[in-house]
Amino acid sequence: MSSRPELQAPPEIFYDDVEARKYTSSSRIIEIQAQLSGRALELLALPDDGVPRLLLDIGCGSGLSGETLSESGHQWIGLDISHSMLDVALEREVEGDLLLGDMGQGLGIRPGVIDGAISISAVQWLCNADKSSHEPRLRLKAFFGSLYRCLARGARAVFQVYPENLAQRELILGFAMRAGFAGGVVIDFPHSTKRRKEYLVLTCGPPSVNTAVPKGKGEDGESCSDDESSEDEENRMVCISDRRRPRKLQKITKKGKGREWILKKKEQMRRKGNVVPPDTKYTARKRKSRF
Amino acid sequence: MRLLTHNMLSSNIKGVTNGFPLRLEIEKAVEKQVDFNVDFLKNMFVKIEWKALVDASRAMGYVDLPDQTEPSMLDSDEFLKKFHHALLELHLEEGALICPETDRRFPVNKGIPNMLLHEDEV
Repeated sequence: MSSRPELQAPPEIFYDDVEARKYTSSSRIIEIQAQLSGRALELLALPDDGVPRLLLDIGCGSGLSGETLSESGHQWIGLDISHSMLDVALEREVEGDLLLGDMGQGLGIRPGVIDGAISISAVQWLCNADKSSHEPRLRLKAFFGSLYRCLARGARAVFQVYPENLAQRELILGFAMRAGFAGGVVIDFPHSTKRRKEYLVLTCGPPSVNTAVPKGKGEDGESCSDDESSEDEENRMVCISDRRRPRKLQKITKKGKGREWILKKKEQMRRKGNVVPPDTKYTARKRKSRF
Repeated sequence: MRLLTHNMLSSNIKGVTNGFPLRLEIEKAVEKQVDFNVDFLKNMFVKIEWKALVDASRAMGYVDLPDQTEPSMLDSDEFLKKFHHALLELHLEEGALICPETDRRFPVNKGIPNMLLHEDEV
């Protein structure tokens, strides 16, 4: 059986009482959800003036992502199709209001009133036809159309998605653009299979300065930019030692892979998003002979 | 469900041109204390349909909101307190929302309105 929940059952059936319970009992799921929604809120780039905004959480589920919004002081309205998940949200006494609804039917919210929308791992569900009456294209159109209407001018929507393949991502993005959104995809940790996360960052209104798509985490040069200068210096040092003691260097290369190889490997691991100790003068230094 | 959310919701049924405001059918209403935040109220004031809010709060049994408003009233603490109470502290717990055009009933259970549409309404 596939590990993708969308392929197993429709959302209102997949997220039953048993599945919903996981969202209160599993600390791993809670941690991941909090991380994702924290990053989504960051990408939403609300003005930093301390004014609480009215946000929309699409596919709010048990309200884990909403809690992150409440912690930042914002008011929110959550929409979900699963009754069991909303029951869990009630149990957790979340601060936002909850709606039982289907995003593929359109949102049913008055135009221009919402200051921003987030959605964690929900939009890819729209690409499935779970009932005979479902037509994914029409549902995507209804969803993005109604979202565009209800957002205030210049407001952003950030969706964390797990597209199944390239075509699915294109499909979602295509319908967002057709509805009038500007924006694109931000990918955090693109080189890692596990930590790779995709965010659709959409801005309501015509393209302008603030519609530029922000950079993802862990992309080339970003996460390791702070130690670049020191690295260069050390590389130069190694070069000097090359010239002065060619024999010794030969010995090292015979025995092991050498400093450059290790630095290259560490760089690769860093790009994958793994935790790697910083490069220092001790990195790849030879032990003393008495060892 | 708070009246804030009621003020944002409109009926989404196919063919309905003016699905706002949804009528309230109240079986049980509750009040919950919420922190008072002036900035949020000022931010929301321009977005609220005032008449719908006044009607809804009266239906919930809160009659202190004035019929007419103007932006200068936002400086008055007393007005803001009333606005805050009506917008965020009145909750519809059990009842229904009714579409003004088609009289379709959206039931509200445990404070969650069921806005799911039937297949022929999409």
